[in-house]
This record gives sequence, C-alpha cells and structure tokens, in this order.
Amino acid sequence: MNWNSWNDFLAMGGYAPYVWGSFGVVLAAIGVEQLILALQREDAGTAVRLEILRLRGKR
Amino acid sequence: MTHLEGTTVSASHTLHTVRHAGGGKRWLRYAAPQSFFPLAGRAIPWLLGAALLLAAVGLYLGLVAAPPDRQQGDAYRIIFVHVPAAWLSMVIYVAMAIWAGVGLVFNTRLSSMMASALAPTGAMFTVLALWTGALWGRPTWGAWWVWDARLTSELLLLFLYLGFMALQAALDDSRRADRAGAVLALVGVVNVPVIYFSVQWWNTLHQGSSLSARGASMAPVMLHGMLVMTLALWAYAIAAVLQRLRCIVLERERHTDWVRQFYVESKR
Amino acid sequence: MLTVLLRILRRDLLLAWRRRADVAGSLAFFVIVCTLFPLGVGPEPALLRSMAPGILWVAALLASTLALNRLFAHDHADGTLEQMALSSAPLPLIVAGKVAAHWLVSGLPLVLLAPALALQFDLGSEAAGALTWSLLLGTPALSLLGAVGAALTLGARGGGVLLSLLVLPLSVPVLIFGAGAAGAEPGDATAAASLLLLGGLLTAALALGPWATSAALRIALE
Repeated sequence: MNWNSWNDFLAMGGYAPYVWGSFGVVLAAIGVEQLILALQREDAGTAVRLEILRLRGKR
Repeated sequence: MTHLEGTTVSASHTLHTVRHAGGGKRWLRYAAPQSFFPLAGRAIPWLLGAALLLAAVGLYLGLVAAPPDRQQGDAYRIIFVHVPAAWLSMVIYVAMAIWAGVGLVFNTRLSSMMASALAPTGAMFTVLALWTGALWGRPTWGAWWVWDARLTSELLLLFLYLGFMALQAALDDSRRADRAGAVLALVGVVNVPVIYFSVQWWNTLHQGSSLSARGASMAPVMLHGMLVMTLALWAYAIAAVLQRLRCIVLERERHTDWVRQFYVESKR
Repeated sequence: MLTVLLRILRRDLLLAWRRRADVAGSLAFFVIVCTLFPLGVGPEPALLRSMAPGILWVAALLASTLALNRLFAHDHADGTLEQMALSSAPLPLIVAGKVAAHWLVSGLPLVLLAPALALQFDLGSEAAGALTWSLLLGTPALSLLGAVGAALTLGARGGGVLLSLLVLPLSVPVLIFGAGAAGAEPGDATAAASLLLLGGLLTAALALGPWATSAALRIALE
C-alpha cells in the first residue's frame, strides 16, 4: 500500500489531472463507444423492421 | 402466421445444411453469419464481465499496489492505460488486415464484416494511446506532443484506420467495399513496419527530444499491472467488436429469413 | 510484352499531350506550394535553406497525389479501362505502362523543376543535386504507390480528398527517405543510405505496385 490517505491517492503526487485525466478519458471513450453501439443496434433494428414491412407490402 | 412458420422451417433447414456441409469440421459452420450471430451474443456478456473483473484487478495493481516511479513519481501510472491501448491499436490493425484478407481470398462475408467491425474500436484505441501519451508527456517531458518514433507511428496508424473507414464509407456496394478495404488493409499492414522503421530513422536523424527509455528494470507488480490491464482492455475490445459485428450482420443480412425471424422474436 | 508496354506508354502520352492543361495544373500547384511556404514562415535565408528539402519534398508529394486522379479516371469514364481489364495482356503490365506515362508527365517535370525552385531557397548546388536525385527516385515510387489508391477509389464518393487520405500516410517512408537524402550533409553517410533505402522502396513499389493496383482495379470494375 503506497497511499497514506484517500486524499493522497486522489492527488496522485501532484499529477492528479494527468493520471485521472488518462484513466478518465479511457472510461469516457468506452462509454461513448457503448452509446454509439446502442444507437447502431437501434438503427439495425429499424432497418430490419423496414425490410419486414417492405415484404409485407409486396404481398 | 403461415409466413412465419415458413420462415422457421427454411431457417432451420439452412442451419441443418450448413451444419452438415462441412462434414467433420463442425466449427466451420460458424463461418455463416447465422450461426455466428447467437454465439457472439452469448459471448458478449461474459467478455464484458471478464473485462470488468480484470480491470478491477489491474487498476488495483497499477494505482494502489505499484510503488511510485523514482524519476516520474506517480505520473508514470498512466502507462497502465497508455501501453495497453497502444498495443491493442496495433494488434487490432493486424487482426483487421487478416480478417479482411481471409474475406478477400475465401469470399466469406462474415470475415469482411469482422474487419469492418474491428476498425472503429482499433481507431478508438489509437486515439486513446495518443491522448494518454500526451497526458503522460506533459508532466514528464514538458511537452504535450513530442515527435518520437512511437507516438508519430501511432499517429500514422490512426490515419491508416481512418483511411480504411473512409474508403468503406465512400463505397456503396458492400461487396466492393469489403474487397477494396481488404486490399487497403493488406497494403497498410505491409507498410506498417516500413513506416515504423522510416519514422525511427527520421527520429534519430534529426535527434529529436531524447526520451529516456522505460527504466531498465520494472518492478514485477508494474509488469503484472500492465499485463492485467492489457487483458482487461482486450476482453472489452473483443466484446465491443462483437457488438458491432452483430449490428453489421443484422443490417447486411436483413433480407434473410433468419434475421427477420430474430427481429420478430426479439420484439416479443 | 514490351510492345504492349510501349503501346500503352505511347497512347497515354498522346492523351496527356491532348490534355496539356491538366498536366500544367499540377505543375503550377507544385510551384505555388513552394512559394507559399516562405510566405508562411518568413524570408530568412538560413531558415529557408534548412527547410528547403522538406518543403520541396512535401510539395512534390502533394502535387503528385493531386495528379493521381487523372491516372484512371478518363479511361474509366469512356469504358477503355474495362477493355484493358478484359484484354489478353496482363493487367499489371498495362498498369505499369499507364503509371510510367503518368510519371513522365507529372513526376519527371517536378524533378526537372526542382533545381530552379532550389534557387528560390538559396540551396547550394550540391544540395540541389541531392534533392533532384532524391526526387528522381522518389516520384516514381509515389506514382506507383498512388496508383493503388487511385484504383481503390475509382468512381467513389469523396474523390480526390479520399485518395489523398489513403495515399499520404502510406507515402511517409518515401517522404522521410527522400527528404533525408536531400537534406543530409553532402558526403555524409546518411545521404547515401537514404538514397539506397529510397531505391529499395522504388524497387519494392515496382515489383508489388502494379500487381496490387490491378487487383484493386478488378475489384472496382466488377
């Protein structure tokens, strides 16, 4: 254990913005990617639904 | 109702034929989008769970257990995301090129779709490698950006990813997009070592900022932390790629019976 | 084999001569870009002299990339390209002929203009010579590499910009070795080494380029 207190841990020896910024941006990127993937799932669903409707209309 | 029953029969018939087409090689059936789709769906939650678990362990090792560096203090802890991200960005590019090549040679759609699914995640990790690299560079070398061989090559790798994605986006015909992308990816993967070598050459030629190589010896806990974080991000990357692959499959195979049936059943 | 090559060469040169204005356009671009840099960084002679190899090389790279659109576009538009793909002559050979003609018309003039532009930057004669040699080896490599990109983006949306996005990162090794050869101290080992590496890249591009380009063309023409 290298940290004497919670505050020391958060401060990261003075490099807090850089260290937490780095881990934060990784987390943020993952979050954004998952968000975009959720939107893509919706779009894919819409595309399939339109295809079903298109075929129903043909009959 | 009759229509749906018809689709059920034909869907299972297709699966039946696919299953027995390969003779003894049962795993080959997963080359069909229809077989791979549910397999990927089952794998994703496990991979995400593994990623979470590994990340917890890795973050503990990197942020809590590992001691501060003698020269860089606590700033060095950024390597626990920077190095895995950079490594993944390169591995994903190679994987992308391999899948694209397989799709080109064997004419398997799923392989090409896999290559297309890999690209955005690979590009994301490249951006992360560059961004965390900058955040690491500022406190340690005093500048947000240094033109060292590795960072510059990483930047060029980002352009290669963007080029691949742009080419596929610009071509409407999906078969052409698959195959043209494959040629580009293969040309790129052959070029990457050349690019890296030339950038190293260029860097030593101009005596850019001399970066102290990572300390001669790293404490084992640091290495373990990096390894675990790499595995964590790798598990996440595979999950994200499979998620994207499923979207691509649904969209491109929407004219098939099994996709329509899947959609209908998922809405129940 | 050689007759096919020469015939393609002659045909493309003739066609390029009929469209002289296009050719002159990319040359003018080269000169203009070279003029823009001093306007951007200031007229100080020592600075310009040290930057000259890099500036001229980047300008040549950009001009060469710009000219690549012409390589297949006209033949594709009037259907000749499909005929070429269907012909009994090997497509890589036809591609090599077209790229050779393209270089003679777009690349070689850059090489010939370089010494004059080197004067603008007050480069000594030895340095100007090294620059010209490096461009002589480098511009064909750029044309060969660019041909792959031109074939991949044939008829695609985004046209020239997409082509540049694809080709420029891949051209970095040529740029590095070319500018390295041009900028090195005369007689320095790096100058010779850079030129050798550049020659190596050219050889590789000659061997692999036409083949990759014809694969890309067949994909585009399907």
